[in-house]
Amino acid sequence: MSNTSLIELNNAGVFEGGHWRVRGVNLTVERGEIVTLIGPNGSGKSTTAKLALGVLKPTEGSATQAKSLRIAYVPQKLYIDWSLPLDVQHFMHLTGSIPAQNVAQALEAAGVKHLNQSQLSSLSGGEFQRVLIARAMARKPDFLVLDEPVQGVDYNGEIALYELISVIRDKLQCGILMISHDLHVVMAATDRVLCLNGHVCCSGSPTAVAESPEFKSLFGLRGESNLALYTHDHDHKHMPDGQIEHIHPTKKESGHVR
Amino acid sequence: MFDDFFVRALLAGIGVALVAGPLGCFVVWRRLAYFGDTLSHGALLGVAVGLLLQIHLPTAVFIVCTFIALALFTIRRRSMISSDALLGLLSHSALAIGLVVLGFLTWVRVDLMGLLFGDILAVSENDLLLIWIGAVCTLSILTWIWKPLFAATVSQELAEAEGLEPRRTELIFMILMAAVIAISMKIVGVLLITSLLIIPAAASRRFATSPAQMLIVGSVIGVLSVIAGLLSSLTWDTPSGPSIVVAALIFFLVSLTPFVNLFSSNLGASRNIGHE
Repeated sequence: MSNTSLIELNNAGVFEGGHWRVRGVNLTVERGEIVTLIGPNGSGKSTTAKLALGVLKPTEGSATQAKSLRIAYVPQKLYIDWSLPLDVQHFMHLTGSIPAQNVAQALEAAGVKHLNQSQLSSLSGGEFQRVLIARAMARKPDFLVLDEPVQGVDYNGEIALYELISVIRDKLQCGILMISHDLHVVMAATDRVLCLNGHVCCSGSPTAVAESPEFKSLFGLRGESNLALYTHDHDHKHMPDGQIEHIHPTKKESGHVR
Repeated sequence: MFDDFFVRALLAGIGVALVAGPLGCFVVWRRLAYFGDTLSHGALLGVAVGLLLQIHLPTAVFIVCTFIALALFTIRRRSMISSDALLGLLSHSALAIGLVVLGFLTWVRVDLMGLLFGDILAVSENDLLLIWIGAVCTLSILTWIWKPLFAATVSQELAEAEGLEPRRTELIFMILMAAVIAISMKIVGVLLITSLLIIPAAASRRFATSPAQMLIVGSVIGVLSVIAGLLSSLTWDTPSGPSIVVAALIFFLVSLTPFVNLFSSNLGASRNIGHE
């Protein structure tokens, strides 16, 4: 394992329920890097993420984490029953106490500061995702895993969340492993894409993967034409309360959406 | 002061209610009501084993319940059979086996009604001591594992990914359940133990806006149910254990009334209106 790697999967595979969920995965995530996993349903994306998190042990191969790695996780599904009275403020401290200042900053950055006192069970899908991301961010992790972080979020919200994720990477200099809910939208901030289909089908920079024959054969012509690389270019954002906040144009070259 | 059987009954009931409230909240949150049923029915098997081996009954109940809890814990993680069916199977099997074994023990006189529905008025000073020691220990351990247990209740994966140890915590929690069942059997009997766990907890939901609040309110409602149940039992000569459960049920029904709704939603609404 190299010195800078946060996690390393070496030829890792998981055998569960009578078949291989995923096999032969080689994956490293470095500090300050965003790695995105894409692939069809049942291709082993979540399993791979759980291997990286250490929640699942590999049946073959190995999964190693750097020592005293501080992890934050945004799970795919989190169902809060009505019987559980839990507001956003308490939820932020779920797995460990966090300084109040960090909590406030994270909620602010995720645009959900106004929901501070709301019950989790009363949030909309999009709000809930933001709160989940804010909680992960407030932990100031070394390694952040997001399992389909933009599910249930509308298109503009999706873009805002992807921006937030790259801001988190820039600010915290953490390694990020993300599972994309949408095969066809991979954010431009991603450094590497791993395309899974029970094994690593292809990997590399987003553009390289989009052009690879494996990717094309897996997702067909639709995939070929639709792997959208989003680079942000707008000069304002819509706040959750309806206000418009102007932001200075970023240094990055202006891109286009789709 | 402990001479009076009624005072002893009251103290015993309060001791059990104090710990059943918080533990019951976790039972409600984790949807373990049926699991609690299985364990408490297993308590009857524990009594049979205790009588057979002539060991201290609450100890025997605790050991048998712990064993069942651990068995369920292991099976649930491996088995393909739905845990609902599995629990139903085990729950009633344990009850039936317990009754059959007790039937064989012709040489001991068993107060079956007392086992099934509790015999709080016959609580001895030793029982009282056991209940309070058990309650204090259980509450201390619950406080100790509170953070990881609560995190795992919200999401097992999340807790595990972020470095807590939800499996170990879950195991400790199940042993605590076994302990509470062992000490509360005398109060409400094996058939009604689960109600003591879940009814006060469910009744406290509408009064609480945070998890810790719900635990405390659950304890308070449990204690009030014990007092109300015992007093009504004294006044109208009704069976004590079931009276406590009925009192708890009344608290639950009251918690559903619109009055409580106004009370708790006012708290929430006043915060939200400013931002809408």
